[in-house]
Amino acid sequence: MNLYEALRMAANGLLANRTRSALTMLGILIGVTAVILLVAVGNGASVQINNQVQSLGANVIYVYPANARGSGGVSQGFGTAQSLTQADVDALNTRQQDPDVVAAIPIAQSGGQITYGNQNYFAPTTGTTPAFPQVRNYQVAEGSFFTDDDVTARHRVVVLGQTVVDNLFAGTDPIGQTIKISRQSFRVIGVFAQKGGSGLGSQDNVVVAPITAVWAYLTGARGKVISQIVASASSAGTVTQAETEITTILLNRHQISDPTQADFQLQSQQDILNQATSIATALTLVLGAIAGISLVVGGIGIMNIMLVTVTERTREIGIRKAIGARRRDILVQFLIEAMVLSGLGGALGIAMEAPKIPAIASSSFPTPVVSPTSVVLAFCVSVAIGLFFGIYPANRAARLHPIEALRYE
Amino acid sequence: MITLEGVTKTYRMGRIEVPALQGIDLYIGRGDFVAIMGASGSGKSTLMNIIGCLDVPTSGRYILDDTDVARLADDQLARIRNKKIGFVFQSYNLIPRTTALHNVEMPLIYAGEGGRSARAREALVSVGLADRVNHQPTELSGGQQQRAAIARALVTNPAILLADEPTGNLDTNSSVEIMRLLTRLNAEQSRTIVLITHEQDIARFASRVVELRDGRIVRDERSAA
Repeated sequence: MNLYEALRMAANGLLANRTRSALTMLGILIGVTAVILLVAVGNGASVQINNQVQSLGANVIYVYPANARGSGGVSQGFGTAQSLTQADVDALNTRQQDPDVVAAIPIAQSGGQITYGNQNYFAPTTGTTPAFPQVRNYQVAEGSFFTDDDVTARHRVVVLGQTVVDNLFAGTDPIGQTIKISRQSFRVIGVFAQKGGSGLGSQDNVVVAPITAVWAYLTGARGKVISQIVASASSAGTVTQAETEITTILLNRHQISDPTQADFQLQSQQDILNQATSIATALTLVLGAIAGISLVVGGIGIMNIMLVTVTERTREIGIRKAIGARRRDILVQFLIEAMVLSGLGGALGIAMEAPKIPAIASSSFPTPVVSPTSVVLAFCVSVAIGLFFGIYPANRAARLHPIEALRYE
Repeated sequence: MITLEGVTKTYRMGRIEVPALQGIDLYIGRGDFVAIMGASGSGKSTLMNIIGCLDVPTSGRYILDDTDVARLADDQLARIRNKKIGFVFQSYNLIPRTTALHNVEMPLIYAGEGGRSARAREALVSVGLADRVNHQPTELSGGQQQRAAIARALVTNPAILLADEPTGNLDTNSSVEIMRLLTRLNAEQSRTIVLITHEQDIARFASRVVELRDGRIVRDERSAA
């Protein structure tokens, strides 16, 4: 029996009970639709998270102080030691044999009420050096960033993120205006271009000033504390080498021979990206699994209908056996029928998928990303489901005894 | 051609064994037209199932064209049914929602033979259904359905045509038509025909009558004609 004949028989069998076939297909159709759609949404979320993390700079490496240990070795928490100094930053910037580190900047964080006229707003103030835009991947949209001279002279100048501008300056040009941070006056010399992105802490909610000015006027008694060093590798691919180089330089400078005793810790954007990616992958998997359940339910529907079909057509099976059909012939006939049912349902599900994507894209969901592999996979899986759930009914048909099947009313 | 030697068949109904055939010796030669008669429960259906290779005997030998089919496996039996036996049933047993042509093609599909359409058409012409080729069973009268079934039985050019009460569901006119067709096939093509019936009128068309009672042959005679 060739494939053409088998397909013809399957079509005949399915057309005999149109409504029933259509409803059974609907089960698979919904399953396939759900799989493709939910996986697309999961992928979309994954891409969005990725983009957001990338916008922070994919080649960025953070150096934090290690957890300080109190008496008895009790950890006082992440980054509580004060082991990073400006000298460390300088060492990283004047390195000889670390071609993979492009620039390193110190960061001193300070919180504080920001006021302008009668407006007030809260944003963290970051003290740093002129390499900040390069390392953290910011563009200055208006005005300019501060210079080395500003740092040396402890000039009280700031560059603002878009969110801060929106909250303090309703329509007026912020450049040249003076704002107050913790009652200290600072002059606005530049505004960053919008970076976008939400969740994960907006990157537009920033106030950046020379680190010396922050130390002198804002951190007060705490002195010249560097809460972290941010370094950038030459590219995303060299992050690992750059991390090794930074570790070597800092261990040398801090005179620590055992790397496990280091008084600092590194985290690359890649690490954050990996974490985010693994979360997004888990999300996609969970969504896919939920959708997969509906596919399995559809498969059980097929098995159910195929069992009914086999019972209904017992006599036909008897006739076919009497005129010479072997077990295999009957098995193949019903298997193909089940596979056509599920494959067609899968194909229709894919066809009905296309118009839905833009509708979802326009809603507040992350833009769904349909991967061609998931479409091909969904189709193959739907056919495989027909095969899997068709085996039991088809086998039952193939095993029928011809005489009993012929007598069946 | 068909040789049965000491064939018995015992069915098991729970714990009771029911003997359906109790030692049948029968020889049917090529071109013979045999009617097997008997009341219901005489074992004639069981005998037909065994001759038709739908079932195997409990003991004894059944030689069909030099092959001992008594001990063959299911798929081998299916092959023999396909090649050597043409079935004609009381209730026609055409496959529903399938044209006469495709029904007749069916045994050739399972045989994996070529030129199916032409051969099926030829078989339908030979039973006088040239103008009903593309009709479905529901669009055919009982007599026409039975003729399509005969065409299906003939299309593989089998050694035996096995007809189980072929006129049981037909009116007298159609019955006579079908029996004339069988007689003609036997006379013109020397087809071996085994006819199972309980009607004396129908058995009269055959050239030899075998009568069963309680699983044994009680009469085996050739008619004068």
